[in-house]
Amino acid sequence: MKKLMACVLSLALTVSFSACQAGPSGSSAGGDTGASAQNSAASGETIKIGVVTPLTGQTSSFGQSAKKGLELLEEQVNSAGGINGQKVDFLVQDDEGKAATAVTVGQKLINSDKVVAIVGPLTSTCANSLAPICQQYQVPMVTGTGTNTKITEAGDFIFRTCFIDPFQGQVMAKFASEDLKAKTAAILFNNGDDYSKGLAEAFKSNFTSKGGRIVAEETYNTGDKDFNAQLTKIAPKKPDVMFLPDYYSTVAVIAKEARSAGVKATFLGGDGWDSSELFSIGGDAVNGVYFSNHYAADDTAKEVVQFIKDYKAKYSNTVPDAMAALNYDAGKVLLESIKKAGSTDANAIKEALKSYDGTVVSGHIKFNEKRDAVKAAVIIKTVDGKEKFFKKIQPDA
Amino acid sequence: MSLVEFLQQLINGLSLGSVYALIALGYTMVYGIIGLINFAHCDVYMVGAYIGYFVATDLHLPFVPTLLVAMLGTAIAGVLIERIAYKPLRRSTNISLLITAIGVSLLLENGFNWLFGGNPRTYPHDILQQSNVELGPVHSDTLHLIILGTSLLLMILLQVVIYRTKIGKAMRATSTDKDAAELMGINVDTTISATFAIGSALAGAAGVLVAILYSSIDPYMGIQPGIKAFTAAVFGGIGLIPGAFVGGIILGVIETFVTAWYSQLSGAIGFIVLIIILIIKPSGLLGKKVSEKV
Repeated sequence: MKKLMACVLSLALTVSFSACQAGPSGSSAGGDTGASAQNSAASGETIKIGVVTPLTGQTSSFGQSAKKGLELLEEQVNSAGGINGQKVDFLVQDDEGKAATAVTVGQKLINSDKVVAIVGPLTSTCANSLAPICQQYQVPMVTGTGTNTKITEAGDFIFRTCFIDPFQGQVMAKFASEDLKAKTAAILFNNGDDYSKGLAEAFKSNFTSKGGRIVAEETYNTGDKDFNAQLTKIAPKKPDVMFLPDYYSTVAVIAKEARSAGVKATFLGGDGWDSSELFSIGGDAVNGVYFSNHYAADDTAKEVVQFIKDYKAKYSNTVPDAMAALNYDAGKVLLESIKKAGSTDANAIKEALKSYDGTVVSGHIKFNEKRDAVKAAVIIKTVDGKEKFFKKIQPDA
Repeated sequence: MSLVEFLQQLINGLSLGSVYALIALGYTMVYGIIGLINFAHCDVYMVGAYIGYFVATDLHLPFVPTLLVAMLGTAIAGVLIERIAYKPLRRSTNISLLITAIGVSLLLENGFNWLFGGNPRTYPHDILQQSNVELGPVHSDTLHLIILGTSLLLMILLQVVIYRTKIGKAMRATSTDKDAAELMGINVDTTISATFAIGSALAGAAGVLVAILYSSIDPYMGIQPGIKAFTAAVFGGIGLIPGAFVGGIILGVIETFVTAWYSQLSGAIGFIVLIIILIIKPSGLLGKKVSEKV
């Protein structure tokens, strides 16, 4: 009996260990390039770049897209001869969308894998927690999707290739009052999430300065599924628009509950809404929504068309979402900078990034003095379970 | 706050509370019989939701068979957990049992994450038609009413099982004194297995119902409602079946009103009230002052 117990227990231990390891082990670089990359890694000829992204957890559909985008880039770069004669190897690690895990896997990449730079983390919360570490070890970090303002304040090794939260909040406030002619707005946001809070604050200040009125401002906590208390309070105030700055899995539930609680406002959101899962969870409630995004798949710019063609060819006709495009861009900006620097020295890469000026899938990128990319946003409208390009909003000069 | 809004918030609170009550019933039952705070209960709830998911999407069964299969599946899982993880430790201290329960909980969460991925899955919520129910100026929906009805029904059913049946008598005997019960010819192993089977089946039912309500599931879905349901069980007096129901409802109502008043405090106030109740009545709202049981 004791022996049997020992067996069961050790089996249980093994299972739980492999569960912990599932992210990292299942996530080494792209399938077909993995083997060759590993061979040359032994001889020290590859450029190893860490990728920190959520492959599991609430935002995993984002992370999976990011991984696909970067694997496409890796394949393209390596088949064209690599960077400065060296092959590129993206080491993808799962941060589960949690700040603490991002730090753990980030430190592993820096200390044991000796990566020359990091692409990611994908979410603002994780990027905020990893940025000071990258700064401390002087490892260049390029986030393609961390939109929270504070991220690049960690230091001069931290870059971002997307716009920042105040810009998204500003764009949506401007859109609400100028295009939708909204006079009143309600905001419901996640009090425990940097991204959600950042967008909410920016929307609030910009909407009020344009003469609009915030009639309700309510919060919830991460993991909440029942928003009826907040929605019942919002409904009788009859706002024209309701701003919901959070990720798809949460806003889809809010949208559904809001409609049955009698909230008739037009929903507005940020780039966190962008996922095909949105419609399968939210159903009819998430139609007719406007949200800001970095890129629209039905845009006709030549970089977008080419990227979609390549992506579809590699991934059996899947249309890439913004997360795939943005992380592809972050990786591309980094690789081009390494090429320009002519070495993998951290300071050389940093200087090359600072002077970067080029056009990638999500538009023209040039960094300002805060190492944030200055670029346009698109507004997407959801129609019959599909995302449609609505209009482009340029940054104020 | 207008009267209509007050009534609507009350209904919201009852709805939220019925979710807590449904999960709390299983917690409190297992505690009442064998004195173990089964932290894996909220993960059995998750397992139930997953079984329901696969039955409904792959076998295309309608609602009632889906619910029954999920309950059966979690009952088996509950018995297995008890046999493998808890039974060998029956003679050891309560604290080692508690730690084992946390271990089982983590194993289930990470095991499911590993097996099925951490991606939230969209639940086949169309297996149960939901429609709004207008009650004068306020409204609710059929699903919330079903959940409230189910927890009420299960509470009564559990009381009947425990106080009116032979296995219930065996459970109460085991709860009072395991060794004496065994000497009286009660099969303690079977009784404890039955306790876990019933408790886990309750969690399975809750898993399916709540997953339909919130439309998506993931391996960590049990953690937050688990903590709230545990609080509800303690609140009402842990080990007492009606206590779980009352505790769940009250916690749901308090939380809803606090959220409606000032949503930034919603997470904290429920627990502040819990602490106050426990200072005034250490054995919970319905609990009687008893010396250490089990």
